[in-house]
Amino acid sequence: MSSNAGLQVLIFLVALLALALPLGAYMARVFSGEATLAQRVLGPIERGIYRLAGVREDEDMPWHRYAGAVLVFNLAGALVVYGLQRAQRWLPLNPANMGAVSPEVSFNTAVSFATNTNWQAYSGETSMSFLTQMLALTVQNFVSAATGIAVLIALMRGFTRREATGLGSFWVDLTKATLYVLVPLSFALALVLVSEGVVQTFTPSVSATWIEAGATGARAQSIALGPAASQIAIKQLGTNGGGFFNANAAHPFENPTPLSNFVQLLAIVLIPASLCFTFGRQVKDRRQGWALLGAMLVIFVPLVFATIAAEQAGNPNLTALGVDPSASAMSSGGNMEGKETRFGITQSALWATATTAASNGSVNAMHDSFTPLGGVAPLWLMQLGEIVFGGVGSGLYGMLVYAIIAVFIAGLMVGRTPEFLGKKIEAYEMKMASLVILLPSAAVLIGTAIACLVPEGARAVANPGPHGFTEILYAFSSGANNNGSAFGGLTVNGRFYSTAIGLCMLIGRYWVIVPVLAIAGSLAKKKSIPPSSGTLPTHTPLFVGLLVATIVLVGALTFLPALALGPVVEHLSLAGR
Amino acid sequence: MRSLVRPALSLLVIFTILTGVVYPLAVTGAARLLFARRAEGSALVREGRVVGSSLIGQPFDDPRYFWSRPSATSPHRYNAAASSGSNLGPSNPALIDAARARIAALRAADPTASATVPADLVTASGSGLDPHISPAAAMYQARRVARARAMSEQRVGALIERHIEGRTWGVLGEPRVNVLLLNLALDEAR
Repeated sequence: MSSNAGLQVLIFLVALLALALPLGAYMARVFSGEATLAQRVLGPIERGIYRLAGVREDEDMPWHRYAGAVLVFNLAGALVVYGLQRAQRWLPLNPANMGAVSPEVSFNTAVSFATNTNWQAYSGETSMSFLTQMLALTVQNFVSAATGIAVLIALMRGFTRREATGLGSFWVDLTKATLYVLVPLSFALALVLVSEGVVQTFTPSVSATWIEAGATGARAQSIALGPAASQIAIKQLGTNGGGFFNANAAHPFENPTPLSNFVQLLAIVLIPASLCFTFGRQVKDRRQGWALLGAMLVIFVPLVFATIAAEQAGNPNLTALGVDPSASAMSSGGNMEGKETRFGITQSALWATATTAASNGSVNAMHDSFTPLGGVAPLWLMQLGEIVFGGVGSGLYGMLVYAIIAVFIAGLMVGRTPEFLGKKIEAYEMKMASLVILLPSAAVLIGTAIACLVPEGARAVANPGPHGFTEILYAFSSGANNNGSAFGGLTVNGRFYSTAIGLCMLIGRYWVIVPVLAIAGSLAKKKSIPPSSGTLPTHTPLFVGLLVATIVLVGALTFLPALALGPVVEHLSLAGR
Repeated sequence: MRSLVRPALSLLVIFTILTGVVYPLAVTGAARLLFARRAEGSALVREGRVVGSSLIGQPFDDPRYFWSRPSATSPHRYNAAASSGSNLGPSNPALIDAARARIAALRAADPTASATVPADLVTASGSGLDPHISPAAAMYQARRVARARAMSEQRVGALIERHIEGRTWGVLGEPRVNVLLLNLALDEAR
């Protein structure tokens, strides 16, 4: 591996920490109601929103009411997205005269955006009107991300409150997350992106003559434009990932330069990483936040380098034809199918790992064309349950569930009642934690199995052999874990995949949120026990190791057989040539 | 239950206005004020005509021009109204056949070109609209372009050198050459 590749990764990690520390501290102040500068400016708007919506700022919801609020709000949002897609041909801001989106794709997209997955069964520039992109997709980009943050904040309160029934108000947490975190960051990021060349306009397209007339037969070309920057900013910050254009962040109008790529890459993991520090501050032990972020990095960094190495090695089939895979100052070499010249191997592989570690799912290179081993890390990071960074909020609450399982395993080993941050972990918490781990994994494997068995499932595959199986496995891993990236060759706008992936996205989101809130409610009711000599400290390298081992073991045992049938077989057959 | 419906619906409406209308309009307004040309797609204008965007690639077949990377958009290459990659897997025979044909075309256009081909020149980009090729891919084509234009190879080489964009801060991304700008410069060099 070249020293430049190592340097690009290092700069990314240093910049991430430098931004995550202050943002984590800021979010801790926002959600504990301490005064911030933003509150002085936006406070009147916040109070106005509560008055208009009939929200009592001091309402303290028990966990089931909190969960009910999440579900009602998300259901209403999904219905609006569905309706707008079906009705867009009669609505304004549709300069390209897009027709109604089919019912199954509309269902899929509605679920996809409400669950913060942003799986795209549609192609942006050819099927969604500007109105739909703005009122349906951009809005859900904000509120689905804010929902994730709110649920995480509720879980934090479960740890910090003692003998309490309430977890705070979902309406207040939702509003604060949107108003004080997501909107200001997105506005700033959008302008940075436009300064690099990302388009932001209501002109649908520009017409241009070709420089070499006759190369395509047509005399003039139409270049699609649109209000892209505003959507891209929140799609990255909110770990959404649904692109404005079909090619997503590979499209030069979404991601024109290495610098726009770098800031978007940071935006993808920024909030999930910052929330670790928010957690440390909320539980009044900052080492806890570092330990959780440390566990994430211990899994993330080796996978980044593994992916870079696999992609840099190139495609043996093309090397045999005389294609040069070596990297130099003149060419990035490697496996360039589906990758952009300006990003080369390193920025493409780093992005692929980050976008699947966080449940973002935007792509700056086509994952379907990655080498078999290069595709393993993205696939497996999703299958781990989107907890290495993960979605905004959802990543850390998933990680905390794994931490609960890790202390439980440690408790079993020494024969003591496990406890975490002063709260006893008992049968009820373990049952809920098991649900969180088992249901999305089951959805991935059962969904893949059904897709392989029904004709419509297998027919949608684009690449022959084991790679085709990987396409299906990737689709269900992405859907059930709310990532949204795809092996794009698979045709997913048919009835089977639209419906099946839609159901997986629902399971992966709400069958995790409800048990997590149940855990939060149960923990809040408990007393806090002071640490004793028998308490396992959860901020030490020992615990980080235990946590990583738990995650890797569960992930490996569940998915190795399926991975063996796809990427592993393909790699062996490629290498054996 | 009913006490949840009113806040849910009102907040949805409020956030729809705030994040779905006010936010994109505010970004559009600020973008137009600060970066008007870029917000509108970085158009390339020559002799009063829009000949493309400096960010969006175009196909070239004439040996007098540098060729862009292959593109998998449909119905034709470099369709800037429908971006797309090929999504061909590494073991797919279609990918291998396509690469073989592209290498054959490059060799046919310049039999003296080196035996090893830069990877980006025979593989389709993710967007199908990549405006760049690697410096190696430009150098690979220099002799063909020079001969077709009856220019010296040094002059073409110098033109390439001038169009190499380095890594950001010397670190990020990859060195590259914008094919459109290079070809326009070739036309103007006559």
